[in-house]
Amino acid sequence: MSMTESTYRIQGATGEWEVVIGLEVHAQITSNAKLFSGASTEFGAEPNTQVSLVDAAMPGMLPVLNKECVRQAVRTGLAINAQINKYSRFDRKNYFYADLPQGYQISQLYHPIVGEGKIEISLDEKDPDAHGKTVGVERIHIEQDAGKLMHDQHPTMSYVDLNRCGVALMEIVSMPDMTSPKEAAAYVRKLRSILRYVGSCDGNMEQGSMRADVNVSVRKPGDELGIRTETKNVNSLRFIQQVIEYEAQRQVDVLEEGGEIVQETRLFDPDRNETRSMRSKEDAHDYRYFPDPDLLPLELEDDFIFDCKASLPELPDEKRARYKNVLGLSAYNAAVLTAEHETALWFEELLETTDEPEKIASSAANWLTSELFGALNKMGLSIEQSPVSPQQAAELLGLIADGTISGKIAKQVFEIMLETGDGAARIVEEKGLKQESDTGAIEKVIADVMAANEDKVAEYRGGKDKLFGFFVGQTMKAMQGKANPQVVNELLKKTLGPAG
Amino acid sequence: MAEIFELGIAGIRTGVASGDFTAKEVAETFIDRVSAAKSLNAVLVETPDHALAAAEATDKAKAAGETLGKMAGVPIGMKDLFCTEGVATTAASLILDGFTPQYESTVSANLFKAGAGMLGKLNMDQFAMGSSNETSAFGNVISPWRRNDGGNTDLAPGGSSGGSAAVVSGRICPAATGTDTGGSIRQPAAFVGITGFKPTYGRCSRWGTIAFASSLDQAGPMAHDVRDCAIMLEAMAGFDPKDSTSLDLPVPEWEAGLKSDLTGKRIGIPKEYRVDNMPPEIDALWQKGIEWLQDAGAKIVDVSLPHTKYALPAYYIIAPAEASSNLARYDGVRYGMRDLPDGAGLQDMYAATRESGFGPEVKRRIMIGTYVLSAGYYDAYYTQAQKVRTLISQDFDKAWESCDLLLTPTAPSAAFGLGEKADDPLAMYLNDVFTVPSSLAGLPAISVPAGLDGQGLPLGLQIIGKALDEQSVFNAGLAMEERAGFVAKPEQWW
Repeated sequence: MSMTESTYRIQGATGEWEVVIGLEVHAQITSNAKLFSGASTEFGAEPNTQVSLVDAAMPGMLPVLNKECVRQAVRTGLAINAQINKYSRFDRKNYFYADLPQGYQISQLYHPIVGEGKIEISLDEKDPDAHGKTVGVERIHIEQDAGKLMHDQHPTMSYVDLNRCGVALMEIVSMPDMTSPKEAAAYVRKLRSILRYVGSCDGNMEQGSMRADVNVSVRKPGDELGIRTETKNVNSLRFIQQVIEYEAQRQVDVLEEGGEIVQETRLFDPDRNETRSMRSKEDAHDYRYFPDPDLLPLELEDDFIFDCKASLPELPDEKRARYKNVLGLSAYNAAVLTAEHETALWFEELLETTDEPEKIASSAANWLTSELFGALNKMGLSIEQSPVSPQQAAELLGLIADGTISGKIAKQVFEIMLETGDGAARIVEEKGLKQESDTGAIEKVIADVMAANEDKVAEYRGGKDKLFGFFVGQTMKAMQGKANPQVVNELLKKTLGPAG
Repeated sequence: MAEIFELGIAGIRTGVASGDFTAKEVAETFIDRVSAAKSLNAVLVETPDHALAAAEATDKAKAAGETLGKMAGVPIGMKDLFCTEGVATTAASLILDGFTPQYESTVSANLFKAGAGMLGKLNMDQFAMGSSNETSAFGNVISPWRRNDGGNTDLAPGGSSGGSAAVVSGRICPAATGTDTGGSIRQPAAFVGITGFKPTYGRCSRWGTIAFASSLDQAGPMAHDVRDCAIMLEAMAGFDPKDSTSLDLPVPEWEAGLKSDLTGKRIGIPKEYRVDNMPPEIDALWQKGIEWLQDAGAKIVDVSLPHTKYALPAYYIIAPAEASSNLARYDGVRYGMRDLPDGAGLQDMYAATRESGFGPEVKRRIMIGTYVLSAGYYDAYYTQAQKVRTLISQDFDKAWESCDLLLTPTAPSAAFGLGEKADDPLAMYLNDVFTVPSSLAGLPAISVPAGLDGQGLPLGLQIIGKALDEQSVFNAGLAMEERAGFVAKPEQWW
């Protein structure tokens, strides 16, 4: 499973440049309450309605760790085969800002809860195994989110909404293992998929549940790592790629003109598609990290870690392998059906309607990736919103499999299902779409067709085998498309005899 | 019979229970004492209504034949570090000017649940940073004590719980809460001839207590005697899920366990506590303490706590480091003072607010704390200080192999005059030399009034115990108290 060396290069006057990318993804942990307070984490509430005394940093208030957030971080670590640190600790990162009432963020600098792990990514959706690559994860730690400043509420003052303040985040820090915008996007996509499988983050980038700090540097192939810049808070896959493209080109331009890259923090302006310097290393905050004396070190028991492991669902890579190897799906179908947990769950619910899933898996997978996806796409619905349930789909596929209807009729039936929500069997019954497989009835029609086209029969028998299709068409037409095409074929072959 | 105002917790409890007087009479007595003592500047906010309401509740409960709480009918003074619902709380700092908490600290809530009422919020060193109560933004507390030289030099009540020390020794409140970070209960107790107790770190919840140095801060009682401290600590202490460093253990019945027979106990005398330039009177008193404990049946052993001399420097790195971060929340954004000069941006507002809101000692410690946590200095200062802290704990662990308790002086001097040390922070910091090591190790310790110096000022002796062994500390304190026969009280001049 190796990927050919990245071919993403920036062409400069002095030669080719290679890009090195590392991502720090901030993922909001799915939990009802905040990391250190009981306030709700629900998205979209009125400003400052989900703020506890702790979140507002009232005098004398103390943090109490939310165990659920710990559990989710550990499960996430296990899902990427990472080292789980049985001893971890919380540190204070000190700086002044209006969205940070305590004057410090509680984070984990020195002893993170999760150590090194890895994530398999792929640039080829159609055949992930053929173009796979391993991206290392350096660590995952848990920390508090900050509040939100609002600058458009008052002519001279800014307002602050503390609803998000204290919400639990996982910071997932990758190794500088990526070398193209596409790889970075593939990494984030895969990470998001894993987080959603695990249920530790909803991965909703529009709502800010996932955002990335993008570290970019450039170098001549084979050289030491260059000096990197960090572009903060990038909140979509497209923007992440744009940042990398822009930053890499900018850095190459600077270096080619004899300049130096300054290690600095930058901000992305999506409207102008550029990054801008936010603060340089010289102005960088001295965060004065030190262990938070309000919290005891976090020590995890083996049992707890074991339970976290046991609670994990089958993860995308395992699932994809099983779909291919056990269910016999194509590499493409296996990849597409496992990318989103909801799709896989829908598919598996469909398979659960039979005792021999491997028998229907391939046809069901084909139907899902073409018919269902096509229909949902047209309607702008996600798979959870599908008007047709997996059980209804199974019924439809069953009617095709047992020859009750043809594939062509099935499309018609499916459309009616989408409109009415009715079951496939009922639609077939009511609309009289049942396919005729009775050999007697078909033989009778064939005899009629042959009698009406004696000249063509003679031509066929004389060697014009292309006319076979003509007889199929005439027979089907006479039976209003409801004849089982396979049976028609067989009977025609038998009755017409060999061509020539 | 003694006047009501002469009584402590146990005396009031007995009097109310037996019907000698009502809780309301007690409350009224002390409310009058408080309002007559304004010249001491010990009380920042008087809360007579609170004391009266609690007293009436006690009287009603008694009339109904209900079981009374441990502190029923006892009105107390509350150090202004405890957030009190609906009552202004400032930690004696301008930066909390106008702040009225909407919540009750766990310690004050526990006391109120046990039947105590509140007479007022007590002056203190600003954010509990100080050893003389001179750093309060609202002026010094003046000790009720005076030297016997006929002069009328105003003396420091000690600090940071200076208001608490003054009101208890002046019989203005029968007892008061204190907090102790490096000696802030024990040193002022020693300065004014009362008993002060710092429990094991984690016994009392820190929830709702304004933080100075989180890993050191502990609440405790300041009262007339050992028994009163035991009663009051039982009411204050207890596990609190809202404080992650709170100890999840039942509260022992210390009062019921009081026993001054020390047979079988070994008392260690740490040689490192014999510091240079200690007044001979304190040395002599220490010797007397040894004799009292022997008389009570204890065996005396010499012990060594070799890292003692590093305790004070380590403390003055760790405590300011934590404080520099704990006090970052006072930024003018959400509560308290806001200084917003014309045209000021956010950073200007922070600077102006903190410049005018914090006093000089608080700023000094924020600066020290910020410095020792800075990149490039962290390892040399903070990390090193944490190592020293571990060594100091190990010193104590080692000592416990040969003894059960330690006896030391509480402070290296008697009370000094206001202003005498105000210009010399280092001399001021030295006041904590005997109290800081046990704070760093989180151990329980008591200061018991043991005698008077040549100027007629009180001196205290300190007993330090093993973690969670408050009972032995109380018992040794009681044995000394019985033998010291300390009855001196400041003459009322205010």
